[in-house]
Amino acid sequence: MHIVVCVKQVPDWDIPPSSFKIDEALNQVVPPPGVAAVPSQFDTIGVEAAMRLKDEAPDTKVTIMSMGAESARDVIKHSLAMGADEGVLLTDALFENLDWYQISLVLSTAIKKLEGVDLVVCGRQAVDWDMGVAGSGIAEMLDWPALTIGKQVKVSDGTLSVERVLMDGFETVEAPLPAVVTVSNELGEPRYPKLQQIMQAAKKQVTIWAAADLGLDDSQLGAGARKLTLEKLYVPVSNVECEFMEGDTPEEMAQNLAKKLAEAKLI
Amino acid sequence: MASSILVVGEVEEGRLATITAEMLGAARRLSGDGTVTCALIGSGVEASGQAAIALGADEVIVVDDAALAEYNTDTYLQAMLKVAEQASAPIILFGQTDMGRDLAPRLAFRLDTGVIMDTIELAMDGDRLQGTRPCYGGNARAINVVRGDPQIATVRAKSQDLAAEDSSRQGTVTKIDAAIDQSAVRVKVIERSGVSAEGVRLEDADVVVSGGRGLGGPENFDVIEDLASALGAAVGASRAVCDLEWRPVSEQVGLTGKVVSPTLYIAVAISGASQHMAGCSGSKNIVAINKDADANIFKAARFGIVEDFAKVMTPLIEAVKQEKGG
Ligand SMILES: Cc1cc2nc3c(=O)[nH]c(=O)nc-3n(C[C@H](O)[C@H](O)[C@H](O)COP(=O)(O)OP(=O)(O)OC[C@H]3O[C@@H](n4cnc5c(N)ncnc54)[C@H](O)[C@@H]3O)c2cc1C
Repeated sequence: MHIVVCVKQVPDWDIPPSSFKIDEALNQVVPPPGVAAVPSQFDTIGVEAAMRLKDEAPDTKVTIMSMGAESARDVIKHSLAMGADEGVLLTDALFENLDWYQISLVLSTAIKKLEGVDLVVCGRQAVDWDMGVAGSGIAEMLDWPALTIGKQVKVSDGTLSVERVLMDGFETVEAPLPAVVTVSNELGEPRYPKLQQIMQAAKKQVTIWAAADLGLDDSQLGAGARKLTLEKLYVPVSNVECEFMEGDTPEEMAQNLAKKLAEAKLI
Repeated sequence: MASSILVVGEVEEGRLATITAEMLGAARRLSGDGTVTCALIGSGVEASGQAAIALGADEVIVVDDAALAEYNTDTYLQAMLKVAEQASAPIILFGQTDMGRDLAPRLAFRLDTGVIMDTIELAMDGDRLQGTRPCYGGNARAINVVRGDPQIATVRAKSQDLAAEDSSRQGTVTKIDAAIDQSAVRVKVIERSGVSAEGVRLEDADVVVSGGRGLGGPENFDVIEDLASALGAAVGASRAVCDLEWRPVSEQVGLTGKVVSPTLYIAVAISGASQHMAGCSGSKNIVAINKDADANIFKAARFGIVEDFAKVMTPLIEAVKQEKGG
């Protein structure tokens, strides 16, 4: 079986909200100085899902695919250290500022070019834009089924079986391979690479493809081909001022809170 | 103004879902004198057509078929393509629900257009729909516009006001045949297990008491449950707590959990990460109890107590019972 996991490099989300900044003129996030970009959390869970399938069937090949700047090589390396076999870095000035239709086009075209891919794993959403559509887009463009928001992924006899997370429960769905699955954090913690694996990862192959290698150009990837545009990006302002309860003892504070809530007719 | 808007409705336990009613309200406002169409896809859904008309629909398109009794991406996509063609509306709204999350992107890509997921504000700019949506884990907001046609968006629960219900409103109901092509159905639903919450439903509750990782263990959720029952509230949790399996995922509040907008949200031992706030920032009043005075949750709170939960919760439950009793 050949599995492709799509991994996106994103600004580190684990920063205090006070250091989250936007350049409103450019409609872009400005990462705090010295904070390195990281793999999107759900994508690392996707790598874990693929590695669990490889644990079961060791002849499985896992390819990590990342579209982004040259620095996205780092997130590929991290995934290779988790045990994946090869990497594909999709990098080109034409790949900057794409919408989700174009992102899905680039990724699905690259997946086609790899040939013989049985399963594509994506995170349920990337932790920068939180849009959650790329997995479905890739599936549509490949004309494959997609099973979304999985917490457990199994493959047997050419059938993909996924336990999906619903708002109020779970459901098990199946589809024949080739297929796309998107995964959620309920799948469990991703494995942590060992030092030896990190060293091995440095030797694993990373193929680089540009737009021309995929037969794509400005007519598909240019601003004019966007189906969705970003008009504005901003930080919402909150004007709530917290009133802290006073009291010499916790009991007093608790009583004061109950009083305040009653005065405000909230209880 | 939009000439017409198609709202993809949902029926839950025989009743029109609240999110559908909210979208009808939004569609009414956005379309002005235009046509609002409500699609009802499923089995036994036709009966909800009149409710959709009373809440603002001019036209209801029903695809009622036993094969659509439960959601399946492939069957629903087929039905949805027929509905979209019949309605031929330039704008299609889905709820940001289990169905909307899965189906809206599929429909958008199938129709070669774009989709704005999880909008919390909608406006028209000429004939273009502008959707405002939280992103970067709730730290930022983006305003997006779909340039393709039709323009598709999903709408977050509780973000839109209902239109006043008017049972004398008139509208048409059109039934279309599902005629599902089973040979194109690749996905099979094997089983579905529901978690039916006891008591008040989290997303509909007027008061929510949530607990976080700072509680230290599942056993300490007793105080959360006791305060909730004293207030007639629903119980919520942070993702940290659900990941640790102290509480079921169905109680998770936040970006990847439930969105709640109660009158009162009490967060106990929750740090207030942006991804958690994404699910509760629509609350009218937030109360935070946290031992760390610098915790982010206090930035959104109206009232706060800086103290160990173990010391304040029991007296708080007592004091609340007294206030309510007196
Ligand atoms: C893509 C993505 C999606 C996410 N989605 C969600 C989501 O939907 N919902 C969600 O909640 N999170 C979500 N998260 C996780 C989020 O970033 C936080 O990690 C999580 O909300 C933290 O949970 P917590 O506040 O319970 O735990 P912590 O951050 O560990 O905070 C515990 C708090 O308890 C306080 N505390 C400790 N002991 C005591 C005590 N004795 N008395 C009083 N206070 C005490 C501490 O001061 C601290 O503020 C997501 C993260 C990512 C990256």
